[in-house]
Amino acid sequence: MNKIQLVLTVNGRDHEVWVQPSQTLLDVLHDELGLADVRYGCGEGLCGTCTVLLDGEPVNGCLTLAVQAVGRPVTTMRGLPGPDDALHPLQECFLRRGASQCGFCTPGMVLTALDLVQRHREQGRGRPSREEIRYALVGNLCRCTGYTKILDAIEEYADQAARQ
Amino acid sequence: MVAPAFDYVAAGSYDEAVRLLASHGDDAKILAGGQSLMPMLNLRLAHPELLIDINPADQRPPSVADGMLRLPALTRHRVLLEHDLVRRGCPLLADAVRHVGNVRVRNRGTIGGSLAHADPTSEIGSCVLAAGARVLARGPDGERVIPAQELFAGYWTTALDAAEIITDVLIPVARPRQGWSFHEMARRTSDFAIVAVAALVELDESAAVTAARVALAGVADRVTLADAGLAGSTSDEDLDAAAALVAERLEPSDDVHASAAYRRRLARVLTARALRQARARAAGAAGAAGAAP
Repeated sequence: MNKIQLVLTVNGRDHEVWVQPSQTLLDVLHDELGLADVRYGCGEGLCGTCTVLLDGEPVNGCLTLAVQAVGRPVTTMRGLPGPDDALHPLQECFLRRGASQCGFCTPGMVLTALDLVQRHREQGRGRPSREEIRYALVGNLCRCTGYTKILDAIEEYADQAARQ
Repeated sequence: MVAPAFDYVAAGSYDEAVRLLASHGDDAKILAGGQSLMPMLNLRLAHPELLIDINPADQRPPSVADGMLRLPALTRHRVLLEHDLVRRGCPLLADAVRHVGNVRVRNRGTIGGSLAHADPTSEIGSCVLAAGARVLARGPDGERVIPAQELFAGYWTTALDAAEIITDVLIPVARPRQGWSFHEMARRTSDFAIVAVAALVELDESAAVTAARVALAGVADRVTLADAGLAGSTSDEDLDAAAALVAERLEPSDDVHASAAYRRRLARVLTARALRQARARAAGAAGAAGAAP
Protein backbone atom coordinates (compact mmCIF):
# COMPACT_ATOMS: atom_id res chain seq x y z
CA MET A 1 0.00 0.00 0.00
CA ASN A 2 1.15 3.52 -0.68
CA LYS A 3 2.02 5.73 2.23
CA ILE A 4 0.07 8.89 2.83
CA GLN A 5 1.14 12.11 4.46
CA LEU A 6 -0.65 13.18 7.63
CA VAL A 7 -0.30 15.94 10.17
CA LEU A 8 -0.97 14.72 13.71
CA THR A 9 -1.31 17.14 16.61
CA VAL A 10 0.30 15.36 19.54
CA ASN A 11 0.88 16.93 22.94
CA GLY A 12 0.35 20.38 21.47
CA ARG A 13 2.78 20.01 18.57
CA ASP A 14 2.11 19.27 14.91
CA HIS A 15 3.98 16.31 13.44
CA GLU A 16 4.19 15.51 9.74
CA VAL A 17 4.29 11.76 9.24
CA TRP A 18 4.16 9.35 6.31
CA VAL A 19 2.03 6.35 7.23
CA GLN A 20 0.23 3.44 5.68
CA PRO A 21 -3.54 3.80 5.89
CA SER A 22 -3.65 0.60 7.92
CA GLN A 23 -1.24 1.84 10.60
CA THR A 24 -2.75 2.33 14.02
CA LEU A 25 -2.37 5.49 16.06
CA LEU A 26 -0.39 3.40 18.55
CA ASP A 27 2.11 2.33 15.87
CA VAL A 28 2.66 5.86 14.67
CA LEU A 29 2.97 7.44 18.13
CA HIS A 30 5.33 4.76 19.40
CA ASP A 31 7.34 3.78 16.34
CA GLU A 32 7.36 6.94 14.23
CA LEU A 33 7.22 9.68 16.88
CA GLY A 34 9.17 7.81 19.53
CA LEU A 35 6.59 8.25 22.28
CA ALA A 36 7.57 5.40 24.58
CA ASP A 37 4.68 6.15 26.95
CA VAL A 38 2.16 4.69 24.46
CA ARG A 39 2.59 0.93 24.57
CA TYR A 40 1.52 -2.17 22.74
CA GLY A 41 -0.11 -4.59 25.17
CA CYS A 42 -2.89 -6.78 23.84
CA GLY A 43 -3.97 -5.26 20.51
CA GLU A 44 -7.59 -5.89 21.45
CA GLY A 45 -8.52 -2.87 23.56
CA LEU A 46 -8.56 -4.81 26.82
CA CYS A 47 -5.37 -3.91 28.68
CA GLY A 48 -5.16 -0.12 28.45
CA THR A 49 -1.42 0.29 27.93
CA CYS A 50 -1.95 2.15 24.62
CA THR A 51 -4.43 4.62 26.14
CA VAL A 52 -4.26 8.13 24.69
CA LEU A 53 -6.67 11.05 24.87
CA LEU A 54 -8.28 11.81 21.49
CA ASP A 55 -10.32 15.03 21.61
CA GLY A 56 -9.74 14.76 25.36
CA GLU A 57 -11.33 11.30 25.71
CA PRO A 58 -9.47 8.08 26.52
CA VAL A 59 -9.34 5.76 23.49
CA ASN A 60 -7.46 2.63 22.49
CA GLY A 61 -4.45 3.63 20.39
CA CYS A 62 -4.32 0.06 19.08
CA LEU A 63 -7.92 0.23 17.77
CA THR A 64 -7.74 3.69 16.20
CA LEU A 65 -6.17 4.31 12.83
CA ALA A 66 -3.61 7.10 12.66
CA VAL A 67 -5.52 8.62 9.74
CA GLN A 68 -8.58 8.95 11.99
CA ALA A 69 -6.68 11.27 14.33
CA VAL A 70 -6.03 13.97 11.73
CA GLY A 71 -7.24 17.37 12.94
CA ARG A 72 -7.97 16.11 16.45
CA PRO A 73 -5.72 16.76 19.43
CA VAL A 74 -3.93 13.68 20.76
CA THR A 75 -2.55 13.70 24.30
CA THR A 76 -0.24 11.09 25.78
CA MET A 77 0.87 11.00 29.39
CA ARG A 78 4.00 12.89 28.44
CA GLY A 79 1.85 15.77 27.28
CA LEU A 80 0.11 16.35 30.60
CA PRO A 81 0.57 19.93 31.72
CA GLY A 82 3.46 20.51 34.06
CA PRO A 83 5.69 23.63 33.91
CA ASP A 84 9.42 23.03 33.43
CA ASP A 85 9.02 19.28 32.95
CA ALA A 86 7.42 19.04 36.39
CA LEU A 87 5.33 15.94 36.97
CA HIS A 88 1.56 16.20 36.90
CA PRO A 89 0.10 16.16 40.44
CA LEU A 90 -1.44 12.77 39.72
CA GLN A 91 1.98 11.41 38.78
CA GLU A 92 3.32 12.78 42.08
CA CYS A 93 0.58 10.85 43.88
CA PHE A 94 1.56 7.66 42.01
CA LEU A 95 5.17 8.14 43.14
CA ARG A 96 4.28 8.96 46.74
CA ARG A 97 1.99 5.94 47.03
CA GLY A 98 4.28 3.47 45.27
CA ALA A 99 1.59 2.94 42.65
CA SER A 100 4.04 2.29 39.85
CA GLN A 101 6.32 -0.71 39.88
CA CYS A 102 7.44 -1.75 36.39
CA GLY A 103 5.53 1.25 35.04
CA PHE A 104 4.18 -0.37 31.91
CA CYS A 105 0.52 0.28 32.79
CA THR A 106 1.12 3.68 34.40
CA PRO A 107 0.42 6.01 31.44
CA GLY A 108 -2.93 4.33 30.77
CA MET A 109 -3.83 4.37 34.46
CA VAL A 110 -2.94 8.05 34.77
CA LEU A 111 -4.84 9.20 31.68
CA THR A 112 -7.93 7.15 32.53
CA ALA A 113 -7.99 8.35 36.13
CA LEU A 114 -7.46 11.95 35.10
CA ASP A 115 -10.42 11.76 32.69
CA LEU A 116 -12.58 10.26 35.44
CA VAL A 117 -11.73 12.93 38.02
CA GLN A 118 -12.18 15.78 35.50
CA ARG A 119 -15.47 14.39 34.25
CA HIS A 120 -16.85 14.09 37.76
CA ARG A 121 -15.89 17.68 38.43
CA GLU A 122 -17.40 18.96 35.17
CA GLN A 123 -20.63 17.11 35.85
CA GLY A 124 -20.78 18.47 39.40
CA ARG A 125 -20.61 14.98 40.86
CA GLY A 126 -17.79 15.70 43.29
CA ARG A 127 -14.97 13.24 43.77
CA PRO A 128 -15.33 9.72 42.37
CA SER A 129 -15.67 7.03 45.03
CA ARG A 130 -13.16 4.18 45.32
CA GLU A 131 -15.77 1.93 43.73
CA GLU A 132 -16.25 4.34 40.82
CA ILE A 133 -12.48 4.47 40.32
CA ARG A 134 -12.33 0.66 40.30
CA TYR A 135 -15.09 0.57 37.70
CA ALA A 136 -13.38 3.16 35.47
CA LEU A 137 -10.09 1.23 35.62
CA VAL A 138 -11.55 -2.16 34.72
CA GLY A 139 -9.87 -1.92 31.32
CA ASN A 140 -6.41 -1.04 32.67
CA LEU A 141 -4.47 -4.10 33.70
CA CYS A 142 -1.53 -4.00 36.12
CA ARG A 143 0.48 -7.16 36.71
CA CYS A 144 2.69 -5.77 39.49
CA THR A 145 1.08 -3.74 42.24
CA GLY A 146 -2.25 -5.45 42.72
CA TYR A 147 -4.15 -2.18 42.22
CA THR A 148 -4.47 -1.18 45.88
CA LYS A 149 -1.74 1.45 45.69
CA ILE A 150 -3.01 2.67 42.35
CA LEU A 151 -6.44 3.25 43.89
CA ASP A 152 -4.82 4.97 46.89
CA ALA A 153 -2.89 7.30 44.58
CA ILE A 154 -5.95 8.21 42.53
CA GLU A 155 -8.02 8.81 45.65
CA GLU A 156 -5.33 11.11 47.02
CA TYR A 157 -5.29 13.06 43.77
CA ALA A 158 -9.10 13.18 43.64
CA ASP A 159 -9.13 14.64 47.16
CA GLN A 160 -6.55 17.26 46.14
CA ALA A 161 -8.49 18.15 43.02
CA ALA A 162 -11.74 18.44 44.98
CA ARG A 163 -10.16 20.98 47.34
CA GLN A 164 -9.02 23.24 44.50
CA MET B 1 0.48 -8.75 15.92
CA VAL B 2 -0.12 -6.09 13.35
CA ALA B 3 -3.13 -5.76 11.09
CA PRO B 4 -2.66 -6.81 7.45
CA ALA B 5 -2.34 -3.85 5.09
CA PHE B 6 -5.58 -2.41 3.81
CA ASP B 7 -6.71 0.75 2.13
CA TYR B 8 -8.85 3.35 3.81
CA VAL B 9 -11.53 5.75 2.68
CA ALA B 10 -13.60 8.17 4.75
CA ALA B 11 -17.24 8.27 3.63
CA GLY B 12 -18.91 11.65 4.00
CA SER B 13 -22.42 10.17 3.89
CA TYR B 14 -24.20 6.86 4.28
CA ASP B 15 -25.05 6.95 0.56
CA GLU B 16 -21.38 7.30 -0.34
CA ALA B 17 -20.56 4.38 1.98
CA VAL B 18 -23.27 2.26 0.34
CA ARG B 19 -21.88 3.07 -3.14
CA LEU B 20 -18.37 2.11 -2.05
CA LEU B 21 -19.62 -1.05 -0.39
CA ALA B 22 -21.61 -2.02 -3.49
CA SER B 23 -18.61 -1.55 -5.78
CA HIS B 24 -16.07 -3.37 -3.57
CA GLY B 25 -18.23 -6.22 -2.34
CA ASP B 26 -16.74 -8.62 0.17
CA ASP B 27 -13.32 -6.96 -0.08
CA ALA B 28 -14.59 -3.99 1.93
CA LYS B 29 -15.67 -3.61 5.55
CA ILE B 30 -17.48 -0.75 7.24
CA LEU B 31 -15.51 0.90 10.05
CA ALA B 32 -17.72 2.46 12.72
CA GLY B 33 -16.34 2.55 16.29
CA GLY B 34 -13.76 -0.10 15.42
CA GLN B 35 -13.91 -1.81 18.81
CA SER B 36 -14.73 -5.22 17.32
CA LEU B 37 -13.41 -4.89 13.77
CA MET B 38 -9.98 -3.52 14.73
CA PRO B 39 -9.22 -6.35 17.18
CA MET B 40 -10.22 -8.80 14.43
CA LEU B 41 -7.77 -7.09 12.09
CA ASN B 42 -5.00 -6.99 14.70
CA LEU B 43 -5.54 -10.71 15.31
CA ARG B 44 -5.72 -11.30 11.56
CA LEU B 45 -9.16 -12.84 11.79
CA ALA B 46 -10.33 -10.58 8.96
CA HIS B 47 -8.53 -9.54 5.77
CA PRO B 48 -10.44 -6.72 4.07
CA GLU B 49 -8.75 -4.79 1.28
CA LEU B 50 -10.63 -1.61 2.08
CA LEU B 51 -12.05 -0.04 5.23
CA ILE B 52 -14.90 2.39 4.65
CA ASP B 53 -14.92 4.77 7.62
CA ILE B 54 -18.46 6.04 8.23
CA ASN B 55 -17.54 8.21 11.23
CA PRO B 56 -17.67 11.41 9.15
CA ALA B 57 -21.11 10.43 7.76
CA ASP B 58 -23.33 11.24 10.73
CA GLN B 59 -23.20 13.67 13.63
CA ARG B 60 -26.84 13.41 14.78
CA PRO B 61 -27.55 13.12 18.50
CA PRO B 62 -30.29 10.86 19.94
CA SER B 63 -33.80 12.28 19.55
CA VAL B 64 -37.40 11.41 20.41
CA ALA B 65 -40.42 11.84 18.13
CA ASP B 66 -43.83 10.15 17.99
CA GLY B 67 -43.09 7.92 20.94
CA MET B 68 -39.91 6.55 19.38
CA LEU B 69 -36.36 7.03 20.60
CA ARG B 70 -34.16 7.43 17.52
CA LEU B 71 -30.54 6.41 17.97
CA PRO B 72 -28.35 7.20 14.97
CA ALA B 73 -26.06 4.27 14.13
CA LEU B 74 -22.96 6.15 15.29
CA THR B 75 -24.32 6.79 18.79
CA ARG B 76 -21.41 5.89 21.09
CA HIS B 77 -21.91 3.58 24.05
CA ARG B 78 -20.96 6.40 26.39
CA VAL B 79 -23.85 8.45 25.00
CA LEU B 80 -26.23 5.52 25.56
CA LEU B 81 -25.00 5.42 29.15
CA GLU B 82 -25.27 9.14 29.89
CA HIS B 83 -27.75 10.81 27.52
CA ASP B 84 -30.97 11.97 29.18
CA LEU B 85 -33.22 10.89 26.31
CA VAL B 86 -31.77 7.37 26.41
CA ARG B 87 -31.92 7.12 30.21
CA ARG B 88 -35.58 8.15 30.15
CA GLY B 89 -36.62 6.56 26.86
CA CYS B 90 -34.87 3.21 27.24
CA PRO B 91 -33.43 2.86 30.76
CA LEU B 92 -32.91 -0.84 30.03
CA LEU B 93 -30.33 -0.03 27.37
CA ALA B 94 -28.68 2.76 29.38
CA ASP B 95 -28.25 0.36 32.30
CA ALA B 96 -27.01 -2.60 30.25
CA VAL B 97 -24.26 -0.57 28.56
CA ARG B 98 -22.47 -0.40 31.93
CA HIS B 99 -21.44 -3.98 31.22
CA VAL B 100 -20.01 -3.25 27.75
CA GLY B 101 -16.22 -3.15 27.43
CA ASN B 102 -14.38 -0.40 29.28
CA VAL B 103 -14.16 3.40 29.22
CA ARG B 104 -12.18 3.44 25.97
CA VAL B 105 -14.43 0.94 24.22
CA ARG B 106 -17.53 2.92 25.28
CA ASN B 107 -15.99 6.18 24.03
CA ARG B 108 -15.63 4.79 20.49
CA GLY B 109 -17.99 1.82 20.14
CA THR B 110 -21.31 2.49 18.40
CA ILE B 111 -24.78 0.98 18.59
CA GLY B 112 -24.91 0.38 14.82
CA GLY B 113 -21.53 -1.30 14.82
CA SER B 114 -22.44 -3.46 17.77
CA LEU B 115 -25.68 -4.65 16.12
CA ALA B 116 -24.00 -5.25 12.75
CA HIS B 117 -21.27 -7.26 14.48
CA ALA B 118 -24.06 -9.49 15.86
CA ASP B 119 -22.13 -11.08 18.69
CA PRO B 120 -24.35 -13.76 20.29
CA THR B 121 -23.36 -12.52 23.76
CA SER B 122 -24.20 -8.88 23.02
CA GLU B 123 -25.76 -6.82 25.79
CA ILE B 124 -26.95 -4.21 23.32
CA GLY B 125 -28.38 -6.85 20.99
CA SER B 126 -30.43 -8.42 23.76
CA CYS B 127 -31.74 -5.00 24.84
CA VAL B 128 -32.94 -3.98 21.38
CA LEU B 129 -34.73 -7.34 21.12
CA ALA B 130 -36.43 -6.96 24.50
CA ALA B 131 -37.33 -3.35 23.75
CA GLY B 132 -38.97 -4.26 20.42
CA ALA B 133 -36.64 -2.01 18.44
CA ARG B 134 -36.52 -1.62 14.68
CA VAL B 135 -33.42 -0.95 12.64
CA LEU B 136 -33.26 1.30 9.58
CA ALA B 137 -30.92 -0.02 6.92
CA ARG B 138 -29.77 1.83 3.80
CA GLY B 139 -28.74 -0.02 0.67
CA PRO B 140 -28.38 0.53 -3.08
CA ASP B 141 -32.17 0.23 -3.46
CA GLY B 142 -33.00 2.66 -0.69
CA GLU B 143 -34.06 2.30 2.90
CA ARG B 144 -35.88 -0.51 4.67
CA VAL B 145 -37.02 -1.27 8.19
CA ILE B 146 -35.83 -4.46 9.88
CA PRO B 147 -37.47 -5.52 13.17
CA ALA B 148 -34.75 -6.39 15.68
CA GLN B 149 -35.95 -9.99 15.95
CA GLU B 150 -35.29 -10.41 12.21
CA LEU B 151 -31.87 -8.76 12.25
CA PHE B 152 -29.77 -11.51 13.80
CA ALA B 153 -29.14 -14.54 11.61
CA GLY B 154 -26.47 -16.55 13.42
CA TYR B 155 -22.96 -16.22 14.82
CA TRP B 156 -21.73 -12.72 13.86
CA THR B 157 -24.22 -12.71 10.97
CA THR B 158 -27.13 -10.38 10.24
CA ALA B 159 -29.95 -10.19 7.72
CA LEU B 160 -28.32 -7.11 6.17
CA ASP B 161 -27.63 -7.41 2.45
CA ALA B 162 -24.02 -7.19 1.27
CA ALA B 163 -24.20 -3.45 0.56
CA GLU B 164 -26.59 -2.45 3.35
CA ILE B 165 -25.65 -0.29 6.32
CA ILE B 166 -27.54 0.31 9.56
CA THR B 167 -28.28 4.04 9.88
CA ASP B 168 -30.74 4.26 12.80
CA VAL B 169 -32.16 2.25 15.66
CA LEU B 170 -35.75 3.07 16.66
CA ILE B 171 -36.93 2.06 20.11
CA PRO B 172 -40.46 2.55 21.51
CA VAL B 173 -40.16 4.97 24.43
CA ALA B 174 -40.69 3.44 27.89
CA ARG B 175 -44.33 3.71 28.98
CA PRO B 176 -46.04 4.08 32.37
CA ARG B 177 -46.46 0.73 34.20
CA GLN B 178 -43.53 -0.67 32.25
CA GLY B 179 -40.54 -1.98 34.17
CA TRP B 180 -37.16 -3.14 32.96
CA SER B 181 -34.24 -5.16 34.20
CA PHE B 182 -30.87 -6.35 32.93
CA HIS B 183 -28.78 -9.06 34.55
CA GLU B 184 -25.65 -10.78 33.36
CA MET B 185 -23.01 -13.19 34.54
CA ALA B 186 -19.45 -12.77 33.28
CA ARG B 187 -16.21 -14.26 34.56
CA ARG B 188 -14.87 -10.78 35.28
CA THR B 189 -16.46 -7.35 35.04
CA SER B 190 -16.36 -6.13 31.41
CA ASP B 191 -15.75 -9.61 29.98
CA PHE B 192 -18.14 -11.01 27.41
CA ALA B 193 -21.29 -12.25 29.14
CA ILE B 194 -21.65 -15.97 29.72
CA VAL B 195 -25.39 -15.36 29.87
CA ALA B 196 -27.22 -12.04 29.90
CA VAL B 197 -30.94 -11.37 30.24
CA ALA B 198 -32.87 -8.23 29.29
CA ALA B 199 -36.49 -8.01 30.40
CA LEU B 200 -39.38 -5.58 29.95
CA VAL B 201 -42.62 -6.15 31.87
CA GLU B 202 -45.88 -4.20 31.54
CA LEU B 203 -48.68 -4.21 34.12
CA ASP B 204 -52.33 -3.23 33.98
CA GLU B 205 -54.21 -1.18 36.61
CA SER B 206 -54.60 -4.23 38.84
CA ALA B 207 -50.85 -4.96 38.65
CA ALA B 208 -51.33 -8.07 36.52
CA VAL B 209 -48.79 -8.61 33.75
CA THR B 210 -50.09 -7.59 30.31
CA ALA B 211 -46.88 -8.11 28.37
CA ALA B 212 -43.41 -9.42 29.10
CA ARG B 213 -40.49 -9.52 26.73
CA VAL B 214 -37.36 -11.44 27.66
CA ALA B 215 -34.22 -11.55 25.49
CA LEU B 216 -31.18 -13.67 26.26
CA ALA B 217 -27.55 -13.49 25.17
CA GLY B 218 -25.06 -16.33 25.34
CA VAL B 219 -27.56 -19.16 24.95
CA ALA B 220 -27.60 -19.67 21.17
CA ASP B 221 -25.87 -18.67 17.93
CA ARG B 222 -27.54 -15.25 18.22
CA VAL B 223 -29.24 -13.09 20.82
CA THR B 224 -32.66 -14.62 21.28
CA LEU B 225 -36.15 -13.46 22.18
CA ALA B 226 -37.92 -15.89 24.51
CA ASP B 227 -41.67 -16.30 24.87
CA ALA B 228 -42.28 -15.80 28.57
CA GLY B 229 -46.05 -16.39 28.24
CA LEU B 230 -46.79 -14.28 31.29
CA ALA B 231 -50.04 -12.48 30.47
CA GLY B 232 -52.23 -12.30 33.56
CA SER B 233 -49.50 -13.26 36.01
CA THR B 234 -49.74 -11.59 39.39
CA SER B 235 -47.07 -13.20 41.58
CA ASP B 236 -43.33 -13.68 41.74
CA GLU B 237 -43.94 -17.43 41.73
CA ASP B 238 -45.58 -17.08 38.29
CA LEU B 239 -42.46 -15.27 37.10
CA ASP B 240 -40.17 -17.97 38.49
CA ALA B 241 -42.20 -20.65 36.72
CA ALA B 242 -42.00 -18.69 33.47
CA ALA B 243 -38.23 -18.33 33.86
CA ALA B 244 -37.91 -22.08 34.34
CA LEU B 245 -39.93 -22.66 31.18
CA VAL B 246 -37.81 -20.18 29.21
CA ALA B 247 -34.63 -21.95 30.32
CA GLU B 248 -36.02 -25.39 29.60
CA ARG B 249 -36.75 -24.50 25.97
CA LEU B 250 -33.21 -23.23 25.30
CA GLU B 251 -30.58 -25.36 23.63
CA PRO B 252 -27.29 -23.72 24.58
CA SER B 253 -24.04 -25.39 23.62
CA ASP B 254 -20.87 -26.19 25.54
CA ASP B 255 -17.81 -24.08 24.95
CA VAL B 256 -14.58 -23.22 26.74
CA HIS B 257 -16.34 -20.60 28.88
CA ALA B 258 -19.25 -22.64 30.23
CA SER B 259 -21.13 -25.89 29.85
CA ALA B 260 -24.59 -26.04 28.30
CA ALA B 261 -26.05 -27.09 31.66
CA TYR B 262 -24.49 -24.09 33.42
CA ARG B 263 -25.76 -21.72 30.74
CA ARG B 264 -29.27 -23.12 31.09
CA ARG B 265 -29.11 -22.75 34.84
CA LEU B 266 -27.87 -19.17 34.52
CA ALA B 267 -30.66 -18.47 32.05
CA ARG B 268 -33.27 -19.65 34.58
CA VAL B 269 -31.81 -17.79 37.56
CA LEU B 270 -31.07 -14.55 35.73
CA THR B 271 -34.44 -14.55 33.93
CA ALA B 272 -36.26 -15.00 37.23
CA ARG B 273 -34.27 -12.15 38.81
CA ALA B 274 -34.83 -9.92 35.79
CA LEU B 275 -38.58 -10.59 35.64
CA ARG B 276 -39.03 -10.00 39.37
CA GLN B 277 -37.07 -6.76 39.25
CA ALA B 278 -38.80 -5.56 36.09
CA ARG B 279 -42.22 -6.26 37.63
CA ALA B 280 -41.29 -4.46 40.84
CA ARG B 281 -40.09 -1.47 38.84
CA ALA B 282 -43.27 -1.49 36.74
CA ALA B 283 -45.36 -1.47 39.92
CA GLY B 284 -43.24 1.29 41.46
CA ALA B 285 -43.11 3.30 38.27
CA ALA B 286 -46.89 3.36 37.70
CA GLY B 287 -47.58 6.89 36.57
CA ALA B 288 -43.86 7.78 36.33
CA ALA B 289 -42.82 6.60 32.88
CA GLY B 290 -39.69 4.51 32.87
CA ALA B 291 -38.25 6.05 35.99
CA ALA B 292 -34.57 5.22 36.28
CA PRO B 293 -33.35 3.73 39.57
